[in-house]
Amino acid sequence: MREFSYRRASGVREALTLVAEHDDARYLGGGTNLVDLMKHGVETPGRLVDVRRLPLGGVRETPDGGLAIGATTTNSDAAAHPEVRRRYPALSQAVLAGASGQLRNMATVGGNLLQRTRCGYFADLSQPCNKRAPGSGCAAITGAHHNHAVLGWTGHCAATHPSDMAVPLAAFEAVVRYETLEGPGEIPLADFYLPVGDRPDLETALPPGALITEIVLPPVAAARRSRYRKVRERASYAFATVSVAVALDVHDGFVRDARIALGGVASRPWRARTAEEVLRDAPATPDRFRGAAEAELATADPLPGNAYKVTLARNLIEAVLTELAERDGR
Amino acid sequence: MSTEQPATAAIGDARPRIEGRLKVTGAARYAADEPAPDLAHGWVITATVARGRISAVDASAALGMPGVLGVLDHRNAPRLDPRAGNYFGPDGSLLLLQDDVVPYAGRPVVLVVAETPEQARAAAGAVVVTYEPYPHDVDFRLDHPAARPASTAFGPEADTGDIEAELAASAVVVDERYRTPEENCSAMEPHAATAWWQDGHLHAVDSNQGPFSVSQVLATLFGVDRDHVHIRAEHVGGGFGAKGPCGPQVILASMASRSFGRPVRVVLTREQVFLATALRPPTDQWLRIGADADGRLRAVHHRPAFALSPLAEYIEWCTEQARTLYAAPAIRTELTAVPLDILPPSPMRGPGATPGSFALESAMDEVAERLGLDPLDLRLRNQPAVGPVSGLPFSSRRSVACLREGARRFGWAGRDHRPRTRREGRLLIGTGLAATCFSAGVFPSTASITAEADGTFTVAVGATDIGTGARTALTAVAADTLGVGTERIRIRIADSDLGMAWGAGGSRGTTSWSFAITQAAAKLRERLGDPARPVTATVDTTALIDYQPATERHTFSAVFAEVSVDPATGEVRVRRMLGMFAVGRVINPLLARSQVVGGMIMGLSMALHEEGVRDPATGRQVNPDFAGYHIAAHADVPDIEAEFVPDYEPQDPLGLNGLGEIGTAGTAAAIANAVWHATGVRQRTLPIRLDRVLEAEGAEVRGAVGVA
Ligand SMILES: Cc1cc2nc3c(=O)[nH]c(=O)nc-3n(C[C@H](O)[C@H](O)[C@H](O)COP(=O)(O)OP(=O)(O)OC[C@H]3O[C@@H](n4cnc5c(N)ncnc54)[C@H](O)[C@@H]3O)c2cc1C
Ligand code: SF4
Repeated sequence: MREFSYRRASGVREALTLVAEHDDARYLGGGTNLVDLMKHGVETPGRLVDVRRLPLGGVRETPDGGLAIGATTTNSDAAAHPEVRRRYPALSQAVLAGASGQLRNMATVGGNLLQRTRCGYFADLSQPCNKRAPGSGCAAITGAHHNHAVLGWTGHCAATHPSDMAVPLAAFEAVVRYETLEGPGEIPLADFYLPVGDRPDLETALPPGALITEIVLPPVAAARRSRYRKVRERASYAFATVSVAVALDVHDGFVRDARIALGGVASRPWRARTAEEVLRDAPATPDRFRGAAEAELATADPLPGNAYKVTLARNLIEAVLTELAERDGR
Repeated sequence: MSTEQPATAAIGDARPRIEGRLKVTGAARYAADEPAPDLAHGWVITATVARGRISAVDASAALGMPGVLGVLDHRNAPRLDPRAGNYFGPDGSLLLLQDDVVPYAGRPVVLVVAETPEQARAAAGAVVVTYEPYPHDVDFRLDHPAARPASTAFGPEADTGDIEAELAASAVVVDERYRTPEENCSAMEPHAATAWWQDGHLHAVDSNQGPFSVSQVLATLFGVDRDHVHIRAEHVGGGFGAKGPCGPQVILASMASRSFGRPVRVVLTREQVFLATALRPPTDQWLRIGADADGRLRAVHHRPAFALSPLAEYIEWCTEQARTLYAAPAIRTELTAVPLDILPPSPMRGPGATPGSFALESAMDEVAERLGLDPLDLRLRNQPAVGPVSGLPFSSRRSVACLREGARRFGWAGRDHRPRTRREGRLLIGTGLAATCFSAGVFPSTASITAEADGTFTVAVGATDIGTGARTALTAVAADTLGVGTERIRIRIADSDLGMAWGAGGSRGTTSWSFAITQAAAKLRERLGDPARPVTATVDTTALIDYQPATERHTFSAVFAEVSVDPATGEVRVRRMLGMFAVGRVINPLLARSQVVGGMIMGLSMALHEEGVRDPATGRQVNPDFAGYHIAAHADVPDIEAEFVPDYEPQDPLGLNGLGEIGTAGTAAAIANAVWHATGVRQRTLPIRLDRVLEAEGAEVRGAVGVA
């Protein structure tokens, strides 16, 4: 661990300035990921700017019937909010499926979006890793990659994004709002995480020094009957092997709207648009569900050690769609 | 006082731990809490290559950093005596910072010493170690070209009857390979030591399982008299075997204290605990069992391989069960060692028996499957009257009692023995059982008891309490053998100055220390007529132990498990577990239950989660922390029932036998057998990961998904 300074900002502008004036400053949310990585020597900021006291906490309703979740809202508070639970149950379930009670009490939703990968080589300074040390190579592709990506990866990096929360956010087309010294901006979640390409170290489209202020969820009727299912190597307290957020609106046996996103399969939450297309206006039957899942995964490209994820993702999509359709049928 | 009788017998009474309050209030001092004047702190740097040579250590930047006292490496560290060793002989893993050779990734190669741990850590980050890597070999398998017969220090291999003829004459033959991965102990308290030299004496407060044996090793390493080495381990936050050997923390702290003339503390990081201490070696076990159509075994051939390091001899004794549990006219064991460039293994809770019984009891289940027999009946049908290989009588053999009573409580009767017959919604449900045994016995120890003037007794024995409740159990033993209440007993443990004593290991700690206490109490009673106080009696039991008893001495158990399997995702969850144990007399049912329940949880964890993953390209473990190395979380642990059948070990004055490890053995096979019963597919490789189940499900998935 290197020496660093710690500053607590009380206003957004102050926070932006504190970061802008230092060439190596970072925002500090709950610190549950950043501080860990500092201990490993992976992150070496010279200044931490604590944002938890900024007036960015809480959940508010938007005029169009959606919700806006403030960036410093804790994971626990976001998951427990009655409107989050009512309008976007999959989001609440996803947050609760992550980490542990203590961690969720500390972690902020802004920090959750920006948490780094859990690839073991990323945290091991003695190993090559393009994400940590651009150009050094990727130890995982030739080494242990049981938990790595099967979609959208490149020869430069096959890491997955670990966030559970981001998966339903992708399904519900959330928008990330931020502030910079030049003014505010927003990025749809679909464009928030950059494709891996040849620079896996560049993870998001957030401008340098930008402070995430809130996550805005548009109204999604189908989301009220949504579900998040996370498969992991033990019953709790583990990152997703594969997870799925699904919202389904079935009318007279036909799919009116389906939203599907996968976690644990790519460098970002994977919106399953192909599967959604296959399902739109199709009969809500297990065969169709399976067909949709297979269509989505047709482009999957597993590594030698993680082909099971393709089967697992297919089965999960099918199982959760089936479960939701049956629940709706009753 | 010699005529007084205690109001109640302490043995058999459920009592909480004596030091429980100290621990939950944070008042108990562990090795890293020991205050020492002028304390300096060491930070370890471990090797990043699996085999090679250190070509350079550049400490120039580190030496100029604030608070840094110095940097020790192979060029300037105190010399250690290479004769130091363990039970098996010289142990190269003890010889830290002696040469430029890197024998495994994770080997401590540099110690940075500074005024504070933060300064030491920061400076360690500035030390540049350069390696010349050599090709490494971590490719573990039974048919590895370097595979060789394992040491027979635990006794000759079994070779009775004509294996091939009996197999040929068998109605069914199970001929399979079973595999278990590397596992790490990684106790809650990381390895830590605070060491200092004073007038040629070495003092250390260390986290270990046996202060006396650690003092012996350090005495040899540093070339001083054994009684000039004073090791204490008052409170130890878990060991599971990893703190049995003399650990790198205390060797390095002692070296640094000698070099810098100050007390030095070394605390390993979690990652270093994984990389530099204690490994249950992987196993690859070939098993052949032949049986008649009526389920009578004809042949058991067990050929397990385990990995070790060329640095030290080691035995992962996987064959105890094959030679003990069942009668068969032909039994052959061939324990095989495969030297690789890995951390030297050491015994991890239930060594040998845990992987060995997974293989044997899985294979027994396969015999029952092929014969269409109840797995319980198969086991009952093959109970031996005497040791199947030794021909010696069992001193106490309550295996059948465990099986029958366990089956009754678990509700085994009425089980449909065909697989894949129970469903609940989308889940497949199955049950399984396993029997096992674990060797028991007694080792030499010393105990001193002083009758004090105030009517109390001070009992001193070099025991260690690694969280098991040994202190509490020994207090009960002392009270009953002296015939007084426990409030009159003051117990002192965990200090090498208390004399030679066996460590907390081999499920023999409490038995060995209790034996010494009973002998010291008997000697003291003879002298209590003399009114002089205080009066002390000391007994060393070395000469009192029968090392070649004409009996087979083991503890026994039967474990039952019920699992659910989601065929769409491969997730296995244990829904309930029951263990019946025959462990001799139970000193304290509360603590005993904790021990076996904890053991069963560890077995569950082994069955479903634990796996040290090594990158073949680098030879390094890629998951050396609890984020990557999964152990069962609370949510994975179901209702566990654990009970003891009445048992009494005739060779022990108190009827004791030991129960530290039997809970761990047996559980994995019961769960694996339940997974077979649920799915119809054998899982012969641990852990039973969801991808393994999913792969096995294959074509079956389609039908299973969506069944509400
Ligand atoms: C043991 C463990 C288990 C876990 N298990 C799971 C799990 O199962 N599922 C899961 O999804 N997650 C899991 N997590 C990760 C956890 O969700 C994240 O660590 C947490 O959400 C990060 O939030 P934070 O506020 O602590 O972020 P920090 O660690 O404070 O920051 C993370 C990053 O975000 C940046 N940042 C923070 N706030 C802002 C802002 N407002 N604007 C711009 N940048 C910002 C920081 O600069 C930093 O780069 C686990 C973590 C641990 C330690
Ligand atoms: S997968 Fe990505 S994060 Fe992991 S080693 Fe390769 S480049 Fe680094």
